[in-house]
Amino acid sequence: MKMPVPDAALIARKAEIVRALKKLVPGEGVIGDPGALIPYESDGLSAYRQTPLAVVLPETTGQVAAVLAWCQANGVKVVPRGAGTSLSGGALPLTDGVVLGMAKFNRILEVDLANRCAVVQPGVTNLAISEAVRADGFYYAPDPSSQIACTIGGNVAENSGGVHCLKYGLTTNNLLGVEIVTMAGEVLRLGGRGYDAAGYDLLGLVTGSEGLLGVITQVTVRLLPTPQTARALLLGFPSVEAAGATVGDIIAAGIIPAGLEMMDRPAIAAAEAFVHAGYPTDAEALLIVELDGPEAECAELAGHVRAIAKARGADFIRVSRDEAERLTFWAGRKAAFPAVGRISPDYYCMDGTIPRRQLPHVLTRIHEMSRDYGLGVANVFHAGDGNLHPLILYDADKPGELERAEAFGADILRLCVAVGGVLTGEHGVGVEKRDLMGEMFDETDLACQQRVKCAFDPGLLLNPGKMFPVLHRCAELGRVHVHRGKIAFPELPRF
Amino acid sequence: MLDLGPRTVQPTSPDEVLDAVAEAVAAKRRIEVVGGGTKRGIGRVERPDLVLSLEALDAVLDYAPEELVLTARPGAKLKDLEKLVASEGQMLAFEPPRLAKLLGAKGEPTLGGVLAANLSGPRRIRAGAARDHLLGFAAVSGRGEAFKAGGKVVKNVTGYDLSKLMAGSWGTLAVMTEVTLKVLPKPKTETTLLLFGLQDRRAVEAMTVAMAAPVEVSGAAHLPAAVAAGAPLKAEMAVTALRLEGFDASVKARVDSLAAALKPFGRVDRLDAALSRGFWAQVREVEAFHKDSRPLWRVSVPPATGWRIGEAVGEVLYDWGGGLVWVPSHDAAAVHSLARAAGGHATLYRSEATCTAFEPLEDRLATLTARIKAAFDPDGLLNPGRLDS
Repeated sequence: MKMPVPDAALIARKAEIVRALKKLVPGEGVIGDPGALIPYESDGLSAYRQTPLAVVLPETTGQVAAVLAWCQANGVKVVPRGAGTSLSGGALPLTDGVVLGMAKFNRILEVDLANRCAVVQPGVTNLAISEAVRADGFYYAPDPSSQIACTIGGNVAENSGGVHCLKYGLTTNNLLGVEIVTMAGEVLRLGGRGYDAAGYDLLGLVTGSEGLLGVITQVTVRLLPTPQTARALLLGFPSVEAAGATVGDIIAAGIIPAGLEMMDRPAIAAAEAFVHAGYPTDAEALLIVELDGPEAECAELAGHVRAIAKARGADFIRVSRDEAERLTFWAGRKAAFPAVGRISPDYYCMDGTIPRRQLPHVLTRIHEMSRDYGLGVANVFHAGDGNLHPLILYDADKPGELERAEAFGADILRLCVAVGGVLTGEHGVGVEKRDLMGEMFDETDLACQQRVKCAFDPGLLLNPGKMFPVLHRCAELGRVHVHRGKIAFPELPRF
Repeated sequence: MLDLGPRTVQPTSPDEVLDAVAEAVAAKRRIEVVGGGTKRGIGRVERPDLVLSLEALDAVLDYAPEELVLTARPGAKLKDLEKLVASEGQMLAFEPPRLAKLLGAKGEPTLGGVLAANLSGPRRIRAGAARDHLLGFAAVSGRGEAFKAGGKVVKNVTGYDLSKLMAGSWGTLAVMTEVTLKVLPKPKTETTLLLFGLQDRRAVEAMTVAMAAPVEVSGAAHLPAAVAAGAPLKAEMAVTALRLEGFDASVKARVDSLAAALKPFGRVDRLDAALSRGFWAQVREVEAFHKDSRPLWRVSVPPATGWRIGEAVGEVLYDWGGGLVWVPSHDAAAVHSLARAAGGHATLYRSEATCTAFEPLEDRLATLTARIKAAFDPDGLLNPGRLDS
C-alpha cells in the first residue's frame, strides 16, 4: 500500500516539532521516543505499519485546537486516533505526521434522560455509554463487535455499524450533535440536543468522514429505552440459497429483526470448534435471527420466523428459551473472527454490501475465486442489510500470500460493486479500499467529495492518504472543470 | 418594459437537466429549482433568471421491496410513491408531510421537494428524518457537472455521506436527478393513547415518560386547549397523544404497559387504528393552523424544553415529544429568541409577504457553510438567497 511520499525536511525537524508540541500539551502528553511509538504503528488493519513522527495525547479541546493550529501553521500532517480498532487503516500513521490520540478524552460529561441523550467525550468506549445508562433503562443502539474497545469518537468518524443496525441504524442515525476542531484550530458545534439543527446537515456530513474533516472532541448520542426482552432463533439450512430466501421472506412478512446474521459452513465450523455454541456443523448456512420488544411480540414473531424457515427447508431450528441460551447462540457469531484466527495464521476481513438477492451468485463467485487464489475463505454476513464479511485466510509468513489475499479481497469488492453494491458497509474506506474508489465513483464524483474536504481542510493536512486515490491540490480542484468522467490532472501522482 | 418573469424549463431526462444547468452556469444565470412548487413560499429565491421544473422527471426506476430500497426521479409525486410502496405493505417511514394546504399552495409535493426540505412527520422520533432514509443520489451541481454519491443498498459508508448534505439543502447545492430511498414495512396496526387537560409543561413530562418506556412510541404530540378545540378532535380541553404501531399482539401489550405508565397523568383514552391514522395525518399536516392567517414558525428544540415556547406564546402545536413546535406569531424576533433560548432554531414556514425564513448561523458555521456552498455552486446560481436569514 503506497502512502504519500514522506517529507524528509519534516522528518529532519522531529526534535523541534516534539519540543513545540510539548509546550502546547505539557506533562506526559507528547511521545517522541521511538520505542514508545511502536504501539501506534498500526490500527486494526495490522498488515500495514508505519511509525509516526510523534504522538500527541491532549486532554482538552483547547489543547486539540492549539495542536492543530500549530500543525497547520507548520505544515505538519495529523492523523487522529481513538482506540485504534479501525479495520480499514483509518488511523494508520504517517512517517512525517503526528498522531493525535484522543484516549484521554474518556469522560461521560452528562446524561440527559429527559432529552434521551448523553454528552460524552470521544475517547469513551461504545459499550461504556450503554453501561452508564443501563440502570436507567436506556442504551446506545449501535454495537460494533469491537464495542468493548472502540471509542465513540472513532465510531462517529467511521459511521460504525454493528449487528443491530438493520433495525436501529448506523452511528449517523443515532447522533444529535458533535463538537469538532478543524485543522485551522477552530472549534465548531454541529447539531445539539434537538432533532435537527439550522443550516446544512454538517453533523451528517462529518459522521463517517474518516477523520479527514475535523477532530471530534465531544459527541451527543441518542439513547433508546432498552427493549423488554430479546429472543434469538438459530436456523440451519442445507443451502445458502435457502437461507437467503428465508431472509427475503422474513422482510417481506414485514418483520425487521433486531439482528439477522448468516454464517457459511467454514465459519460455522470455526466458531463451533472455538466456543461450542451448539451450531449445526453439517449445515451449509446458519442464520441467527434476533427479535426484541415486548414478550408478546417476540413470541408472535418467533412463530412467524420459525414457520418461514421451515417452509424454506431449514433442518435445524432452535428458539432461545432464556437469556443464557440467547447469549450462547450469539457467542459463536461474536467470536467468529477470533475463531477463524485459530484455523489460519492470519485472516483478512472484507466489508462489501450487496443487494441481498445477489447473495447466492456472490458466494458462488467468492468460492471460485478462493480456489483460483488458493486461499480459503469463511463468510460471516449481516444478512439483513446485505453486508458481507468474507474472511480471507492466509499466512503472512509465506512470501506473496498477503499480496494474494489483498488481490482476492479487491476482487470481492469489485464484484460487490458490479452487482449493484458498495465497497464498504461499515468499516470505512481508509487506506484499505482507497485505490478501489474508482470502481464506484468517477473522477467528477470524487472531485465533488474532495471539494468538501477542501472546504474543511484546504491544506490537506488532516489524515491525508486515506479515502481518496489521488490527492488533488484544492486550488486545482476549484479551477478546473471536470466533465463526464474525464480524468483531470493526469500528471498528479497516484499512490 | 414588460417583465415576463423568469423563463421555465422542464427537462425530461437527467441529460437535459445537465444541459440546462450547464448552459445557465456558462451564462451565469440564476436558477430557481422547483418540483411541485408547493414549498416555494418558504423563504424566497432572489431574482431567478430561470425556473427549472423537475416535475416531468417523475419515473420510478427500481423498486425492490425485499431489498427495502426504492430508486426514483425527484419529480415523482409523493402520493404516487406512497401508493406504490403501500401496495407491497411498505411505507416511507419518515412519514413525509405534504404541507400544501398549510402553505396555501396548489400542486403536488414531490420526492425531491420533501428531501430538499428534509421534511419528516410524527414518526421522526422513532424512524428518523427524511435524511436518514436517503441512501444515495445523482445530481447536477452548480458547476454544471453531473455527479453521484452514496449507494443503492441500505448499508454503505463509502466516501463522504453527501446524502446528508443534500437533504435539507433546499436545492442550493445541486439539482437532484435520481434518488434512492430506504423503505420499511408498514405497521400492521396502530393505537393512540390520549390524555386530557394537561398544561404544556405537564404534557411534555407525560410524553417524556412515554418515550422513556420500552414501548416504541412512534408519535408524541400535544394540542393545548385553544388548538384542540379546532380541528381535528374538537376537544374542549388540551389533548396529549401517543401512538404505538406494529403487530397486533405487540401493540396490545404495549398499549397496556404504556397506559399503566401514564396513570399519574389522569384518564387515558384510546383511538383505534382508523381514528389514529386520521389524527396523525392532521398532526403531520399541522391542520390546527390551516385556517389561521398569522405567520407560522416551525421551531425545533430539545424535546424537554419545548413547553417553554408554548408557555411564552400560548397557542402552539407540539409534535416530536415537544421537540417540534408550530408557532403562529407576528413577532419574528421573539420567536427566534425563544427558540435560541430553548437550545433550538426557528424557520418561518408561512408568511404574509415574500421574505427570508431561516435562522441565522453563528459566524464560524456561516463561514464554513459558505465554503461548502462554494464547493458545489461557486457562482451562487442555485436557488440564490433561499437559505437567507
